[in-house]
Amino acid sequence: MSDVVEKTLTALPGLFESQTGAAKITNRLRQLIKSITELTSKHEEENLIKRELSAIKEQVSSPNTTMKQMREIMVRAMYCEMLGYDASFTYIHAIKLAQQGGVLEKRVGYLAVSLFLNEGHELLLLLVNTVLKDLQSTNLIEVCMALTVVAQVFPKDMIPAVLPLVEDKLSHPKEIIRRKAVLALYKFYLIAPNQVQHIHAKFCKALSDKDPGVMASSLHIYLQLIRESPDSYKDLTGSFVTILKQVLGGKLPVDFNYHSVPAPWLQIQLLRILSLLGKEDQSTSELMYEVLDESLRRAEMNHNITYAILYECVKAVYTIHPKAELLEKAARCIGNFVLSPKINLKYLGLKALTYVVQHDAKLALQHQMTIIECLDHSDFTIKRETLELLFRITNAQNVTVIVEKMLDFLCYVPIKTLTFAPDNSWFIQTMNDVFSIGGDLLQQDVPNNFLRLLAEGKPEEDDQLRLYAVESYLTVLKGHTSHLPQCFLQVMSWVLGEYAHLQESVDRREVIRLLTQLLDQRSVSSETRVWILSALTKIPEGQTDLILDLAESLSSSQDTVLRQQAQELRHLSQDSQLREWVLVENSCAVDSSLSFLDGFVSEALAAGAAPYKPPHQRQEELSLNLEPYSFSLPVSLSSCSITDRQSPTLLSVSSGLSGNSAELSTLILEGVKRVWGKDGYLPQKEATAPPVDEPSAAVQPASQQEAAERIEPRPEPSTQNQDKQQLASSLFVGLGVGSSVSLLGKSEAPPPRFRKKPRPHESSSSSGTSKRSSDSSSHSSRNTTDSFLYGSFPEEEPATSISTFDHTPKSTTANGLSQNKDTKEDRHANTSQILGGDMVIVRPSTIQDKHPPSVSSDLTALLPADLKDLPHSDVISLTSDPSLSLSSCRLFRDEALLLVIFISNCTETVIKDVAVQLTCEELKVCTGNVMDCLEARSTSVCHYALLMDDPHTNVSLTGTVSYQTQPGHTNTLPFSGTLSTADFIRPLVVTTEEYGKLWLSLSHDVKQNLKLLTDAGDPLRTTLNALKDALQLHVVDIIGSEGIVACRLLSGAPCLLHCRVNGAALAMWLRSPHPALPDFILYHCQRALAHH
Amino acid sequence: MIKAILIFNNHGKPRLIRFYQYFLNMQLQIKHLCTNKMAEDMQQQIIRETFHLVSKRDDNVCNFLEGGSLIGGSDYKLIYRHYATLYFVFCVDSSESELGILDLIQVFVETLDKCFENVCELDLIFHMDKVHYILQEVVMGGMVLETNMNEIVAQVELQNRMEKSEGGLSGAPARAVSAVKNMNLPEIPRNINIGDINIKVPSLSPF
Repeated sequence: MSDVVEKTLTALPGLFESQTGAAKITNRLRQLIKSITELTSKHEEENLIKRELSAIKEQVSSPNTTMKQMREIMVRAMYCEMLGYDASFTYIHAIKLAQQGGVLEKRVGYLAVSLFLNEGHELLLLLVNTVLKDLQSTNLIEVCMALTVVAQVFPKDMIPAVLPLVEDKLSHPKEIIRRKAVLALYKFYLIAPNQVQHIHAKFCKALSDKDPGVMASSLHIYLQLIRESPDSYKDLTGSFVTILKQVLGGKLPVDFNYHSVPAPWLQIQLLRILSLLGKEDQSTSELMYEVLDESLRRAEMNHNITYAILYECVKAVYTIHPKAELLEKAARCIGNFVLSPKINLKYLGLKALTYVVQHDAKLALQHQMTIIECLDHSDFTIKRETLELLFRITNAQNVTVIVEKMLDFLCYVPIKTLTFAPDNSWFIQTMNDVFSIGGDLLQQDVPNNFLRLLAEGKPEEDDQLRLYAVESYLTVLKGHTSHLPQCFLQVMSWVLGEYAHLQESVDRREVIRLLTQLLDQRSVSSETRVWILSALTKIPEGQTDLILDLAESLSSSQDTVLRQQAQELRHLSQDSQLREWVLVENSCAVDSSLSFLDGFVSEALAAGAAPYKPPHQRQEELSLNLEPYSFSLPVSLSSCSITDRQSPTLLSVSSGLSGNSAELSTLILEGVKRVWGKDGYLPQKEATAPPVDEPSAAVQPASQQEAAERIEPRPEPSTQNQDKQQLASSLFVGLGVGSSVSLLGKSEAPPPRFRKKPRPHESSSSSGTSKRSSDSSSHSSRNTTDSFLYGSFPEEEPATSISTFDHTPKSTTANGLSQNKDTKEDRHANTSQILGGDMVIVRPSTIQDKHPPSVSSDLTALLPADLKDLPHSDVISLTSDPSLSLSSCRLFRDEALLLVIFISNCTETVIKDVAVQLTCEELKVCTGNVMDCLEARSTSVCHYALLMDDPHTNVSLTGTVSYQTQPGHTNTLPFSGTLSTADFIRPLVVTTEEYGKLWLSLSHDVKQNLKLLTDAGDPLRTTLNALKDALQLHVVDIIGSEGIVACRLLSGAPCLLHCRVNGAALAMWLRSPHPALPDFILYHCQRALAHH
Repeated sequence: MIKAILIFNNHGKPRLIRFYQYFLNMQLQIKHLCTNKMAEDMQQQIIRETFHLVSKRDDNVCNFLEGGSLIGGSDYKLIYRHYATLYFVFCVDSSESELGILDLIQVFVETLDKCFENVCELDLIFHMDKVHYILQEVVMGGMVLETNMNEIVAQVELQNRMEKSEGGLSGAPARAVSAVKNMNLPEIPRNINIGDINIKVPSLSPF
């Protein structure tokens, strides 16, 4: 008996513990949190957490810890991690918990895993099997958890493992599972689009799912897909319109209402999809006018979320093909936003305005007083958005006021706006302000661009600007200098070194004294010291005593770079012959082929050195990090700033190393060209577009004040208010004219991104349009006899002031334009060959044939004899205008893709100075072609050889043709096209043995199952033939159910494909020395089979 | 895409942190150099920076804020709401609708209120895991999964039932919490106060 009692008693504590376990453990969490809240210092917290973590460590490794306790421990670990303490020892236990526990443990385990581990973490591999098991579980909650964790943390390379199971879940009977599966697949699509290529049909099924929730989540995917290629989904427009109509009509269950608005988030998604589909597509846009109208009408209730819908609606109306009635309604909506007392709506209103002013600048005019008020708003975000808006409406007349406002807010770097600078002194003064206020917070390219601008002007024209800069900097340096930011000091020292000699009246000793003074200041960084010293080097000789003193004092400096420079300085100042030799006034002819190194190279080669490989051929060695070398600025600076009188900025130093200063300036000219052109927000006058809103658009700048008064519910004309109105009239000056025209060129308005970029040829897709618009606008300003824009200036002023900044030869005669462009581009082509790149246009050439223009199918007959036999694509029409029509055709040569452009004269007159310019955005390489004239009704052919070293899925080409129908009247015609990697794939003819050897030597491989074409007798053969036809592959051998195929990227990297029939699928295994090539080929194979 | 969801109190103490994208230290973009540890420090920096940005703002300014320097500039936005003692901050990229997210925060908070019955900061502290489970039903892997409050609550309750079926012990944590709620913790005010529960006219939102 007593035994029994004793047993019971000993068991009691355990029993007790098991019953109150949870409470007890929660006590520990409670204890932890309570003690943390009572702490007063960070240090105490650290100690506490350290103790806690060691307690957790002890518990997790103890064998007695139950699963339930583990759960609680995990929560504590999560808490510690949230506070920023490392609890990495618990990661493995989190995974264990997900692997071994019941549902509740799994839940905590998965949560902890998704919080602790990021996508690249290696422990995730341990989770794959568990996830697979749970995806197949019959327990709904387990499946949900698995899907969630898959969407949260799974990296690219683990997707194939779970993909089939996730796919299956798309047809799961439970909606919540389907919904989560759709989102998980969307996530996969974002990470690895290639791998879910084949399930697009299933997405379509999800879109038509009977559960609205599943349908709503499939919209995420469609939004993404349509954003990438709107053209492929135009046929779905009708479905989206119907869905939106049903939503608006309240067909969804009441459950979906939020504040009695039916499914607002769904509506937002749909509106976004529609705007993408209707962009620049009239027929598609027409389908949605009705539903957009309905949306605008319905969203009347005064709630946050209805405004969210309205905002999307307005954006859609302005994105799709315009319809006057809708535009009017949308404009009224924007008014409601902007005038709303609610600050969030005001913000959105400004955002909408920013978007809309590109199409219709007069809308900004209507709200000018509100905009002025927003400028002085206490909210940083509002202010910033307002400036963004002002930035878009900058023109030659309001630039001074707008820049002043922007300077108050220096996050914006106004250099791009300064395109419109009215005169030199204002420009330099403004830049001084920018540098001294913005200082070292400025991005590096601001001073770089500024110096480049100074350096590249023609000597006669820009000397005035330089002189002014020198003068103003001397004044600045005579003042108090210790507070000046480093980058301003650098700019000043460079300018003084380079141009101080222009100013006759200035004593050189004075300049040297000022610069030397800077060296003595403590606040000057060593980088700036290097700049100053190289400036001193450049100041002409004659002041040897000062220089020697300086060199002496620096020769004991701690900084080796400075010491080296001081040495150089001393040598140079003592030896005038050496000096003349090193610092040549005018840049001498530079041997860009570096032939003077030939002897050295051949010696090195003879001694067994490896031959030089251009950087792009060094795929394999890429694992070496070259980064630190290219950033050792001071060293490289000191060694080249002396030999090279170009600006010592990072950029030009590195290009300067290539040793050709003539090309250097060409390159940079190219970069500056469009930014510093005189045409920014100038309106475009083109007779083509329909005047949508003509009557109201005729607001003249003179009547602006009245307009403002009419619109604003003015209290009384206090002085403050008058100030504001004055500001308004100076801010919005010039917009009246802009508004009357900008409506016309809706589709041609340069996209906002273009303006922000300093160098337009980098801003990829927009370069074509921007070029066009800038050309056409400059062209229009020439044509406009009665120019409003220059109305307020004396007749000559705009011409002079602008040409100071304008490095494009555009503003002169059109003849000059094409010639200039030609030489420039020739030089550019040279550079590109030297520098190397992914794609080099090798041989531009023109052959003019005197054939009458013909239908496009006959155009191939015009091909030069040596090209006629090459396989070629169909001739596609690129673009046309009344005078010219352009078609193109792709010719597949082994080592390159030849792009042939046919230019046909459709008129009866001779067209002169036809110049073709082709740009490829990925690579920024372009080259041009000028023909003297193109006879009436004839066609000329020019062809370009394109090389691709690194595969891209799609390469976009843009280009322009400029020509003259009458002397002095240049037209430009832009065109664009895309090329796919498939165009660059060539068959690789190898034997089976060679294939085998090559296979073993290749490093990167990718495996994937593809669709097998089963419509004919031998599925493998049919499929491979289909691929061969579509992609120019070489089928090496077919043995039983396996086939081997080979191809290469032009004459570059090979790619081997091994195909095996695996049930109803084709298991494809690709190998290549190039890491990305298999992915691209796989992608094209999938597409080819899908389209078959 | 939603990049991160941060909840912290008026003193900047994190209450719930969920990153949907790992932000790496900009100076250490080279991937293999960036160990997990450094990445975490980055997340902590982001929390601090975000708090710094958000806490400076008055109640009469708008609820949108351009992302700080760490999160990556103008493509990212912070959209936040401030309820009594807590800041709810969603960090999103430019593809999300600002007002839409703002109301999503409201949906999330109202859901919390339904699940915890008059939610307060303490609920978030002591039931961090539960809050995460609720959040998982709203946002999944950075994508908005569900905006329908009833549906979210239904899913959460399904899970809770499972918990209850495990044994009669689930009452214990709740008791513990109510005990703590009654404790004297001066710096943690009581209710989050969502204002408009059951009231459809929004007098609540600070906008």
